[in-house]
Amino acid sequence: MRVVIAEDHALLRDGLIRLLEAHDFTVVEAVDNGPRLVPALVEHRPDVAVVDVRLPPTFTDEGLKAAIEARRQVPGLPVLVLSQYVEQLYARELLTGGGGAVGYLLKDRVSNVAEFLDSVRRVAAGGTAMDPDVIGQLLARNTRDEPIGRLTPRESEVLGLMAEGRSNAAIAAALFVTEKAVSKHTNNIFAKLDLPPSEDDNRRVMAVLTYLSSR
Amino acid sequence: MTITQQAPKAPMRFPRLAQPFIALGMAILAELGIAFFVLNVVSVPLIAVWVGIPMLLVFVPCTRWFANCHRVLYAGITGTVIPKPYKKPPMPGILMWLRTTLTDPATWRDIAWLLVNAVVGFTLTLLSAVLFLASVFYLIYPFLVWVTPDGVFTEPFGGIFTVNVATSFLMIPFGLFAFLIWLGAGERLLKGAAYVGRSLLGPTESAQLAIRVRELADSRAETVDTQAAELRRIERDLHDGAQARLAALSMNLGMAEEMVNRDPAQAAALLTEARESASTALSELRDLVRGIHPPVLADRGLEGAVKALAMSLPFKVDVTIELPGRPPAPVESAAYFAVAEAFANALKHSAATTAWVQITHEHERLHILVGDDGVGGAKVRPGGGLYGIERRLAAFDGTLTVASPTGGPTTVIMELPCESSSLKITPSSGTA
Repeated sequence: MRVVIAEDHALLRDGLIRLLEAHDFTVVEAVDNGPRLVPALVEHRPDVAVVDVRLPPTFTDEGLKAAIEARRQVPGLPVLVLSQYVEQLYARELLTGGGGAVGYLLKDRVSNVAEFLDSVRRVAAGGTAMDPDVIGQLLARNTRDEPIGRLTPRESEVLGLMAEGRSNAAIAAALFVTEKAVSKHTNNIFAKLDLPPSEDDNRRVMAVLTYLSSR
Repeated sequence: MTITQQAPKAPMRFPRLAQPFIALGMAILAELGIAFFVLNVVSVPLIAVWVGIPMLLVFVPCTRWFANCHRVLYAGITGTVIPKPYKKPPMPGILMWLRTTLTDPATWRDIAWLLVNAVVGFTLTLLSAVLFLASVFYLIYPFLVWVTPDGVFTEPFGGIFTVNVATSFLMIPFGLFAFLIWLGAGERLLKGAAYVGRSLLGPTESAQLAIRVRELADSRAETVDTQAAELRRIERDLHDGAQARLAALSMNLGMAEEMVNRDPAQAAALLTEARESASTALSELRDLVRGIHPPVLADRGLEGAVKALAMSLPFKVDVTIELPGRPPAPVESAAYFAVAEAFANALKHSAATTAWVQITHEHERLHILVGDDGVGGAKVRPGGGLYGIERRLAAFDGTLTVASPTGGPTTVIMELPCESSSLKITPSSGTA
């Protein structure tokens, strides 16, 4: 699998390259600043990009902006954004472009190598990977007036895991229920959020987006 | 709160028709002031025979009270607050008070004002009142001639000529003429009197500077205290948190390194533990950074940061932000933390279900309004959240006002000086 990495700290960049190359990824380019990122992504069209939010020259949200811009030029380009902190606002901006294939994780999640690689592969395959912290911020909120407030506690739990990007099988394992029960919950969720029937993957992204914009 | 930063000029506070009567009252008071003037002037030489001291103890406070009443009155007429310029005695005690009072230029300026007011102020205010009263008088002159017995109102200009009911109507144009003059000049005369009074009752430039220095010294001391406390908190957080975790982490790694050949299973367990403590350290550092300067504030400015903040709250928040650019970083940070603290306060005490925040820039000031539909009754109490905001804003000459009747809703109004020229214009702040 071909990867483009954007990370300005040399130590972390080398670490990421080593980690990914050790697991059958090919790093086609590793950039260390924002302006170089968009051309790199458009040029290489990698299977997945791993991008740090904060990049030179502004050291603000350069990476996020570049990722969104690249996805505008190459729709559906899989991008996994890493950050020292997560903001629901940014998660929403990433997802609003549509099409799935986005991830937004705290940098420390990289330390759990197996899970991190799983997230990278999931994003590359068109799924989502939202950090549990983003989901946590959402669950902490009182949203009784929103469509999201119509979900039962169990359903919002399922939606939370869905937002993290887990498959029905994985959700079933996490909640100690059968896969059939999970798919019943997901269908209820789609119905309660008024999502029209469509391809399951796309509906999952839509559900997560509704979830993130629930305000 | 401060004198150098005057709020946009407020108009005359008294309605037009009340002005002649206020002017009349002021003219009368101006003459009464003569009595204060004489009493003060007589008291001073009498200090030599001690009698002057008790006299001054009575008359000076009376004069100050009289002057303070006029300060309020002038403030109503000119639309700008006149601060009290008096020095406070550095120590209690009658002699100390006497010394401070007698050397305070404000005392002598008050006395000078009494005299000037009795002459200039009196003339201007009386003219303003008489113009109106004369116009009314001449407009109803025919009526007066008609209802009164012959000979009472027949000589409108004191014996130059006499009129009867029919010819008295010739007085009406004269009344109209006086009325027009009053319309044009009445308010100006009153304002003129107020400006003359203000020039003597207001603080002199050096007194203004003294007041300003006192304010700055206070707010600086508070700022230094707050910052020192903040640094201590950060030091403690780092020491007990991240630093301790990193120490444990490096210990675990050392042990794992030593054990990796002997007992790989144990080493793996230690490594897992090390990874967890690294994660915890990172998450603690993240919280610490958020408390010092939220990254989203650096990334997206006030607008993005407040929106992100609003998203994290358990109630619905309407965000309206209209800023022509980004304020300087310290102002931006103060504004952000003020809004955050106001929301935290609402969250803790108000039981609100919706809230709103509005940030605009007008008259070289940042106006921040934070409201909620909660139970109200919020007050600025020393040590409380709102007090904290007030102190934080004071460092920037900002102010905080709370309107929170019992039963709600609560509105917190905050203002921060922020010059338009200091606003940085950024290319669009959002991406989506």
